[in-house]
Amino acid sequence: MDASAAKLIGAGIACIGMGGAGIGVGHIFGNYLAGALRNPAAAGAQFTNALIGAALAEGLGIFSLVVALLLLFVA
Amino acid sequence: MANDPIHQFQIHDLTDKFHIGGYEFSFTNSALFMGATVLTITGFLLLAARKAELVPGKTQSVGELWYEMVHNMVRQVLGPEGKKFFPLVFSLFSFVLVANMLGMFPYFFTVTSQVVVTATLAVFVIVLVVLVGIWKHGLSWFKKLFIPHGVPLVILPFISLIEIISFLSRPVSLGLRLFGNMLAGHIVLKVFAGFVVSLGALGLGGMLGAIAPMFMAVALTALEFLVAFLQAFVFAILTCVYLNDALHPGH
Repeated sequence: MDASAAKLIGAGIACIGMGGAGIGVGHIFGNYLAGALRNPAAAGAQFTNALIGAALAEGLGIFSLVVALLLLFVA
Repeated sequence: MANDPIHQFQIHDLTDKFHIGGYEFSFTNSALFMGATVLTITGFLLLAARKAELVPGKTQSVGELWYEMVHNMVRQVLGPEGKKFFPLVFSLFSFVLVANMLGMFPYFFTVTSQVVVTATLAVFVIVLVVLVGIWKHGLSWFKKLFIPHGVPLVILPFISLIEIISFLSRPVSLGLRLFGNMLAGHIVLKVFAGFVVSLGALGLGGMLGAIAPMFMAVALTALEFLVAFLQAFVFAILTCVYLNDALHPGH
């Protein structure tokens, strides 16, 4: 296989990781919303924790995007 | 190539290169917008605090909101001990927020979309955390951090290994998260704007087809403003969380 073709395929495969990050962020906010509807009084104090969790989960998806961009434009 | 979505991240010199001590220096667009960021923050906060009134005006309200948000965050995560880290967290939050927001203007350079800038901020935070931890607890800080209480001896090596890896990956993830979010957001905006231009060039049918990506670009711009704020917030709060590990290790 041509090396540049392998690079493009690799970049595409690396982007699958972003789907995982999407699932993770959806889980976090979905569960936050479910908890917030059960106990609205405690929701405000936990919103910061939800954001931290979402940022940590999203960071992993961003890593795979960075790998894809590195393959496309740098390597 | 004008349609290249990566083109906006290019750094170019605004002045001639000059040499200091054998090193090459030049004033780049990145440096210009970093200066603009600092000037915006300083100017706005000075304006907001210029004549403090009991019933705050518009500018003063925004200034107070800004200050109080970071203040509450520091107090919530770090407790009363964290008071002396408030200026640091406030500066980091303000710099990242205003740099992100300035980057949203058309033709403006986004400082935080350069991995050099975000990695420098992240490494600075982590080095500070290590120094504060050693200063507060001595070298036993590492023991408190990497050997949690109440873990059975059998799985302790694995837990320690995971803790060490998670600690070492912090500067990487802290810097790359901000960089990746700003980079990805700006690329997506330019890609959708590029759809509008290239569809519009096809004639009447293309122009009708360009309406959908046009609205998408508007919606994504709104989303990017949210991301710009959220990433600044997340950067500041993760700084607080990591500092909390230095002040009160052992969870």
